[in-house]
Amino acid sequence: MSILLSNISKNFGTFAALDHINLEIPEGELVALLGPSGCGKTTLLRIIAGLESADQGRVLISGQDRTDHDVSQRGIGFVFQHYALFRHMTVFENVAFGLRVKPRRDRPSNDVITKKVHALLELVQLDWLHDRYPDQLSGGQRQRIALARALAVEPAVLLLDEPFGALDASVRKDLRQWLRNLHHDLNVTSIFVTHDQEEAMEVASQVVVLNHGRIEQQGSPSDIYDHPANAFVSRFIGQTNIFDMEDQDTDWLQTAGLSTAHQKGKIVHVRPHDIVIEKSSANSDAFVTLKDWQHLGALIRIELVKTGANGPAASVYAEMPNDQFKRLHLNKGDKVDLRIRHAHWFH
Amino acid sequence: MSRSSIMPGFRPTIGFTLIYLSLIVLIPLSTLVFQSFQLNWDDYVHIITNKRVLSSFRVSFSTALVAALIAGFFGFIVAWVLVRYSFFGKQFFHALIDFPFALPTAVAGIVLATIFQPSGFLGKLLIDTFGVQVAFKPLGIVMALIFISIPFVVRTVEPVLLEFETSMEEAASSLGATRWQVFSKVIFPNVLPALLTGFALAFARGVGEYGSVIFIAGNIPYVSEIVPLLIVTKLEQFDIEGATAIALTMLVISFVLLLLINLLQFWVRKRSGQL
Repeated sequence: MSILLSNISKNFGTFAALDHINLEIPEGELVALLGPSGCGKTTLLRIIAGLESADQGRVLISGQDRTDHDVSQRGIGFVFQHYALFRHMTVFENVAFGLRVKPRRDRPSNDVITKKVHALLELVQLDWLHDRYPDQLSGGQRQRIALARALAVEPAVLLLDEPFGALDASVRKDLRQWLRNLHHDLNVTSIFVTHDQEEAMEVASQVVVLNHGRIEQQGSPSDIYDHPANAFVSRFIGQTNIFDMEDQDTDWLQTAGLSTAHQKGKIVHVRPHDIVIEKSSANSDAFVTLKDWQHLGALIRIELVKTGANGPAASVYAEMPNDQFKRLHLNKGDKVDLRIRHAHWFH
Repeated sequence: MSRSSIMPGFRPTIGFTLIYLSLIVLIPLSTLVFQSFQLNWDDYVHIITNKRVLSSFRVSFSTALVAALIAGFFGFIVAWVLVRYSFFGKQFFHALIDFPFALPTAVAGIVLATIFQPSGFLGKLLIDTFGVQVAFKPLGIVMALIFISIPFVVRTVEPVLLEFETSMEEAASSLGATRWQVFSKVIFPNVLPALLTGFALAFARGVGEYGSVIFIAGNIPYVSEIVPLLIVTKLEQFDIEGATAIALTMLVISFVLLLLINLLQFWVRKRSGQL
């Protein structure tokens, strides 16, 4: 089901948590609300869920205005960061809860409930834990149970608040992939909140970048990465080298192939993989030296220093595949030539 | 215990616990048991099955039970209000709750007796409007016991309510539960073990209470005479054996009842996955 947010604002005292948010989420998407902490992403999610009320604006779920519906009437499934499983119920009863609290005329029979709960537990691959209590489960298992519980009521929209935030790195990695596959199978419109750009890029089909209660950019992960709308998005998504054209001497950037002729702003962002380096000849007048490098798996991150011969010193990061770096036969302290293939200009 | 454990200080603390329990609890109570050995079985049965003694047992345990139930109910509401809402004068109410802990129980008893006696302010009102007499009846005893036992319930339930994760409630609502379902299916089961503890404390206190009860009870034999008073009466008449026999019986019944409540608590915790 599609979600439409129109003109949502929310203030906590004098602090504007959300500032006139307009957002449309088409049916079946898996959307990430991405932003630094305090940007209002969780507040926005809670407003969609009805756990928080907006000061102004409307929330439409599949075309119907649900702004004044209580959370229990919105037809949403909510997954909490710390799972919020019912401690006094078994896993089975946790998942069955949403079915058992339905008004009598809509409530399925016990047999139907049993069948459905076991099917959901199989979906999250945890049916063998059905008679355990939440305290006896690991974090990853609890989060999957919480998801099964939310899915039991067949929500129109699935909302997840930092679903992997409390998990350790390897479990988080598995669960991300798993969530993506699950979404692919179920195709329920889902929104999850995260502050981890890597997670957003990896899992979501659409990313909404928020900052200071405003939407900075909305688009597919590749859109956002390749065409950041502004300096904030560019900085927040992935690594980037930032050069301020006002305090940098621009000559060396020009030598590096950055065309300042048609410059479109004062600030240049260059992704590390858009920088190509080559060993310069011994008597070259290159002023960039290789300081250090780190292995990032398939990639190498190379730390370069532009010495202060003309203009202030600056650190530049470049990235390239491992084998390519080996072929360059570079050592620490070597002078290198540097070429910028692509840059983003911002005001 | 030759194995060393991770937590240091096992020996000194268990030593202290045993010495404390012996000096303060076990030795005095065993004196009571030894004292009662001076009685033979027939004498003991004779004292205990005395009609006046039996009815005092009935009065003591039934009033303590009713008072603990009522205190449990209202204590829960008070704890709920103090935890869940913020309102003007909350700190004042907080202090007020502990009042019965600090107040000499006799003072409470005299005050309650004064206002609830048939000529007293509330007593007159109740007789005139509902025809209910509080003072000098078991109802008066219940009243006094509620007064002194409510803080036990409030102070045991309160921390559990404070700790309760509100996200559990939000989760229940998001799954379609009504407010009442959220309370009855999620909040209450999580608070129940603490409520049972509060109930047990209130009941235990009620059974043993003396000072606040005797003034409002009127101590009419067969009607509103409680066991502790009967013991004191026997002692005043230098009937040591009689007092001992009653005290021992009381001790055993109380112990069994508290044990039962503890078992009930264990069962509730186990059933709700808290063990």
